[in-house]
Amino acid sequence: MALGFLDRSRIVAPPGWTRWLVPPAALSVHLSIGQAYAWSVFKTPLEKTMHLNGTQSSLPFQLGIVMLGLSAAFGGTLVERNGPRWAMFVSMCCFASGFLISALGVATGQFWLVVLGYGGIGGVGLGIGYISPVSTLIKWFPDRPGMATGIAIMGFGGGALIASPWSSSMLGTAPDAGTIATAFLVHGLVYAVFMSLGWLLVRVPADGWKPAGWEPKTDHGKAMISTANVSAANAIKTPQFWCLWVVLCFNVTAGIGILEKASPMIQDFFRGTSTPVGVASAAGFVALLSLCNMLGRFVWSSTSDLVGRKNIYRTYLGAGAALYLVIALTQNSSKLVFILCAMVILSFYGGGFATVPAYLKDLFGTYQVGAIHGRLLTAWSVAGVLGPLIVNRIADSEKAAGKSGTDLYTTSFYIMIGLLVVGFVANELVRPVKEKYHEPVAAGVAVRSEA
Amino acid sequence: MAEQEARPNRVPLIVLAWAWVVLPFAYGVYQLFLKLVQLFG
Repeated sequence: MALGFLDRSRIVAPPGWTRWLVPPAALSVHLSIGQAYAWSVFKTPLEKTMHLNGTQSSLPFQLGIVMLGLSAAFGGTLVERNGPRWAMFVSMCCFASGFLISALGVATGQFWLVVLGYGGIGGVGLGIGYISPVSTLIKWFPDRPGMATGIAIMGFGGGALIASPWSSSMLGTAPDAGTIATAFLVHGLVYAVFMSLGWLLVRVPADGWKPAGWEPKTDHGKAMISTANVSAANAIKTPQFWCLWVVLCFNVTAGIGILEKASPMIQDFFRGTSTPVGVASAAGFVALLSLCNMLGRFVWSSTSDLVGRKNIYRTYLGAGAALYLVIALTQNSSKLVFILCAMVILSFYGGGFATVPAYLKDLFGTYQVGAIHGRLLTAWSVAGVLGPLIVNRIADSEKAAGKSGTDLYTTSFYIMIGLLVVGFVANELVRPVKEKYHEPVAAGVAVRSEA
Repeated sequence: MAEQEARPNRVPLIVLAWAWVVLPFAYGVYQLFLKLVQLFG
């Protein structure tokens, strides 16, 4: 495929290139697309100026997350074939154009353009951008794949930290349609410039490159780390892929259950106690959870390089279930216990996202790990619906039954414990991939030189 | 083919690249801590 300056052959690192330039390239993309988590900043202004209800104003975000999963799943193979510069460039074009189309939509009073722009086209930018640096980072950091992907995926968690106050300050207290359209326009232009560092700077290692003084380990008791390669088409035929799908889906469901309702949850929990939580304090709680979500991505994923992928997921799922049980049993007797448990659960949520590329690399090799990761992200799309659905439905029905406070959430917590236990069992079932799925060695090497 | 060849000076590029992503991130973290004060303040 003729891609010119976007082609993989144009970005093979020259001798002496340092791999420490690749994480900032990846971060420039992930810190940008992580803006998606800050969509709520635009919701109320859009509702007021375009006369929308809450469900309608959520549509751009919801479509964006669906498109993220779909484009990561179906675009993963293209990303592997064309390389990270192409992927980052496509991501930038889609993500920035999404904002520009949304600006046009708000300026002309056409909300469908906002949905199509931010959700549809921008959503493709989210999916392609999310997986764009993964396999490249794993190839540059074969000695620390968990840490490398943890840095990038931490960026996705941190994107909202930047976007939320920035967008808020741009919108002001009572924005009109012109202000919102201008804000979308500025977002599109600034993110296009910011993401350009990614595709300009990213390089792939030359064939046969490895870190100085590092030799691949050939199984010193870590049978889970394979040196063989499995294609994306074969990976989805293995039970290992589907076990990991369940692990990711339920780990994300459990985290999102708290994250999505964090503010009303902590207020409900401590209403009528000696330590009530107000709206401003609840906002602080949400910010604290965002920090834990972000730090968990780096800290736990880096830890997995030392303790192994299977063990770290045992912790996420097993300790996560135990922490949910602590909350369910202690109820609102201690604010400190509730906050600490929620912080650790959210760090496991972030860690689960960030560790999974390295887990995939251990099981399926580096050959098409980006494409396999893309397919696995459909678990995220499912969890994104499942988690909020469980917590909201149960809270609504309990409220309708006249209950309040901790009673609104206790059942949800026990369901989350059940899901985490199922995820724990699925993780236990993960075994090395059978040889029949491995690529022939010669073919694997040939394709890896492209990948 | 390890990193053995003579290396051009990449330090300015490394500093610029990391500053490009760290500075906006630091702004976000600062704003976050302002909110955290409300929780424990």
